[in-house]
Amino acid sequence: MSFLPYAVAVWVCIVGLFGIVTSKNLIHLAVCLTVTQSSTYVLLLAIGYVQGGGPPIFKGVKLGTTSVDPVVQALTLTDIVVSVTVLALILALALDVRRDAGTVDPDKIGELSG
Amino acid sequence: MSRRTRISVAWVALAGLAVLLVWAYAGLPDFGHYRGPYGFVLDRIATPDRHMANVVNATTYDIRGFDTMGEEFILFAAVVGVVLLLRGEEDEEAEDAIRSDLVRVGGGLAIGLLFLVGLWIVAFGFVSPGGGFQGGVALASAVVMLFVAVSYRAWRRVGQETVLDPIEGLGAGGFVVVGLAALASGLPFLTNFWGPGIPGTLWSGGSAPLVNWAAGIEVCAAMLVLYTEFLEAHVVPSIRGTT
Repeated sequence: MSFLPYAVAVWVCIVGLFGIVTSKNLIHLAVCLTVTQSSTYVLLLAIGYVQGGGPPIFKGVKLGTTSVDPVVQALTLTDIVVSVTVLALILALALDVRRDAGTVDPDKIGELSG
Repeated sequence: MSRRTRISVAWVALAGLAVLLVWAYAGLPDFGHYRGPYGFVLDRIATPDRHMANVVNATTYDIRGFDTMGEEFILFAAVVGVVLLLRGEEDEEAEDAIRSDLVRVGGGLAIGLLFLVGLWIVAFGFVSPGGGFQGGVALASAVVMLFVAVSYRAWRRVGQETVLDPIEGLGAGGFVVVGLAALASGLPFLTNFWGPGIPGTLWSGGSAPLVNWAAGIEVCAAMLVLYTEFLEAHVVPSIRGTT
């Protein structure tokens, strides 16, 4: 049971990558990239979890109470924000490709030209 | 490479990667048995030393503040990239597409509620779950309700570069200014200065709440710039085409 969260992280990462490789649509591809990135959230939070630990917020809670690791939570937080904006950038690029090549299928885009 | 070959190569590569990942993760401490030490050290020092009740925010805006500043600029750079790709010439005003009064009134009420929730998440999220990043997104969603449910004309007053770009600059710049203020008073960059305050209240953690607000403003404006660019480049023209 104790390996299950890590197994989920592996599975989410592999599934996302498989989606990227087999994708027939750039927007679908961008979503698959987000899925792959989500595996890092699962991994980070799984590493920081402490059995029976509460949230790392010491308001009305005695200092020294067992709590989960705040570092990985802070990392996950910024990770999510950055992933959203980078996703927006990728989608903007996809729209650009659609305008120039008339398709969002990566196999049909053909030769890159400057 | 044909699609079939590519997929079979991918199967092999992904199987290999899966084995490597399982091998690597198997070496980690068992789930729920985090060994530390950083998390435990932070849990112990954040409240007495930094006067902050929320250790996640103490990490994000104070202890790891310099790193968060870098991340804020990733956000900024990504938004600038989207703007470069999508921003076209100013186009003419479109007609309001929303005709139902019920939708407009409901949307208007929702904006007030969402905006209040957003402010609450930024302000009180600093001492309870939440913070600038999460609240910023909530604030942006409140503003974009103008487009979704109220009126395109009302949205256009907010959703334009002359309004949003300065706000985004204020957020990104505010973070740096707080850092420089520490430098100006003879302390290292982004040192938490300005009195410790009482843990668990809104004015706690010295200059960290300022950084929290700067992040909130930056994220809110960045999201609104993204919405504006996508809406103006693609959604608005298609609405115009149908009406």
